[in-house]
Amino acid sequence: MNAAAAFIRQPLSIAIALIVALLFLGEQLSPGFASPQQILRLLIVAALLGIVAAGQNLVILGGREGIDLSVGGVVSLSAIVAGNMMNGLDSGIPLAILACVATGAFFGLINGLGVTLLRIPPLVMTLGMLGVLQGLLVVIRNGIPSGRAAPGLSEFVTQPFLFGLPGIIWLWIAIGVFMAFLLGRTVFGHRIYAIGSNEQAAYMAGVPVKRVRVMLFVLSGVFAAIAGMCLLGYSGSSFANVGEQYMLPSIIAVVFGGTSLAGGKGGYTGTMAGAVMLVVLQSILTTVNIDESGRQMIFGATLLVLMLFYGRGRAMRA
Amino acid sequence: MSDAVSTQATRSKGLKQAFQRFPFLPALVILIVLLVLNGYFQPRSVSLIGLTGLTKTYLALMLLAVAQTYVVYAGDIDLSVGAIVSLVNVVIVVLMEKWGGSGLSVVAAMLVGLAAGLVCGLINGFVVAALRLQAIVATFATSIFFTGAALWVLPVAGTPAPAAFWRTYGARFFDIPFVFYAVVVLALLLYALARLRLTTQLLAVGDDAQGAYQSGLPVTLIRMKGYALCGVFAALAAFCITGDTASGDPLVGGKMTLYSVAAVVLGGSALSGGYGTVVGSVFGALIIGLINSLVYFVGTPSEWQNLVQGLAILIALMAGILVGRRAQ
Repeated sequence: MNAAAAFIRQPLSIAIALIVALLFLGEQLSPGFASPQQILRLLIVAALLGIVAAGQNLVILGGREGIDLSVGGVVSLSAIVAGNMMNGLDSGIPLAILACVATGAFFGLINGLGVTLLRIPPLVMTLGMLGVLQGLLVVIRNGIPSGRAAPGLSEFVTQPFLFGLPGIIWLWIAIGVFMAFLLGRTVFGHRIYAIGSNEQAAYMAGVPVKRVRVMLFVLSGVFAAIAGMCLLGYSGSSFANVGEQYMLPSIIAVVFGGTSLAGGKGGYTGTMAGAVMLVVLQSILTTVNIDESGRQMIFGATLLVLMLFYGRGRAMRA
Repeated sequence: MSDAVSTQATRSKGLKQAFQRFPFLPALVILIVLLVLNGYFQPRSVSLIGLTGLTKTYLALMLLAVAQTYVVYAGDIDLSVGAIVSLVNVVIVVLMEKWGGSGLSVVAAMLVGLAAGLVCGLINGFVVAALRLQAIVATFATSIFFTGAALWVLPVAGTPAPAAFWRTYGARFFDIPFVFYAVVVLALLLYALARLRLTTQLLAVGDDAQGAYQSGLPVTLIRMKGYALCGVFAALAAFCITGDTASGDPLVGGKMTLYSVAAVVLGGSALSGGYGTVVGSVFGALIIGLINSLVYFVGTPSEWQNLVQGLAILIALMAGILVGRRAQ
């Protein structure tokens, strides 16, 4: 009985129940909303958000007010880099992957070094980095055309690949398995939880705190870069600040997945469900026939209501 | 020999105390350096006309940085300030137009605008302090809600503000530009607020919420008051934006949110709460403005300006934090 109650209280169960309820609601509002093709389309959009959220999740788990506001900038930059590397040709894909991962890792590394060596709070460091990235985007956009996605990449993101699911869904599942393995079964994963819940204790126990934290920011940059590349495949060509829409939603997906912003508690499986939930919610609002203002007000209010289900702060006690 | 060492020690100790007493000192130094550099590269920029233009453009950000500071004092953050600016901007522009644009209608619309800002602040305070949601994500959610409300009031940008409003904002009285009177009033207001018990209470909550609670402070209420104050100052910032742009735009404030946070940090306040000054945040907003104009004056090609500005702000943020920490 207690185990069942505990299961129901789990963020993952809440998220899945809410997703099912939202799909049911969507089907009632507009028949065909929960059809297999539609769900597949939602999953592709959710995968893009979910991949960004993977890096965000790691940074948040690492604690000390860990957060990465620069992910949106990295997503945009990576989409441009990928578009120019491949320029519509499949033969450019391997080089594009390398260039994107290197770009993401580079900016993640600078974030990580700023946060650890100079001890700049992550919010400030990544906020400043976001400004730099946005400026860099203006420079790049003026110098070169935005580039096009290779057909192979577009196919990977939008066309069925295996068992009717497109490659990006498989990629997302693979990232999910990788994250579960990383967080649950590796020394590195245990160290993340250790520095996230009590940095001092972790340091005393011999955890290389700084190196782990730098690595988290590097991974966040890399995941954002991968998402940027996939986003290019999804939309065909990149446009101004495509990535901006991922900055705060990636944090919300992590919170809806049951990871505490205080760090040290949570995991990625919930975040995946959180990303799906956000996308389904947004999609319902676009199918309902109300204007943009009403849609945004309902979206904002619903997010607040949903947040009530997750890790509210403790009440003050004397 | 030992004499020299001891004077040096006392001097560095005195400096340390000065930094502790006035956390905005690094910001002030950066500000003066930037002013000198601006004057060197474009002498006219430090003339009365140049400074008036700077103040006119950045008074809104100064007020918004002040708004953010009261929330940061208590260790919270408000990512909806930009959306509040947008909402108040469209509310006052639409009401002024509806009520005829005369002097009295302008005042009435501004009072409604202040009330709107206050209500937004109270909503934020309620969800963060009373419902105990995490400030970053909760105020992001309310920012979506406020943006929706702004779009409902005015779906597309473009409604002009009445001439009585923006002419006053750009006017001169007794040869002194209106914005300078506004700065003086702001200074008096900030001085008065700094003497209020609320400022001390906010800082106490930010320093140690548990301790503040145990010593009998109504922590939830204090945090809510911080957000309410933030909403009111965001409304004042919206007045300045409206005076500067002379029109209504439901998305005008969106980009200002993150700049307001940057200005607070540049001003030497700690995002973790319990330490900081509103004066520093005003300096922080001016630093952002002066960096932007300096990048222009040194002749950076237009497509490179954003990047150089971004880099300069990042470096200023890092420098401010490093200097501030050494002083503490």
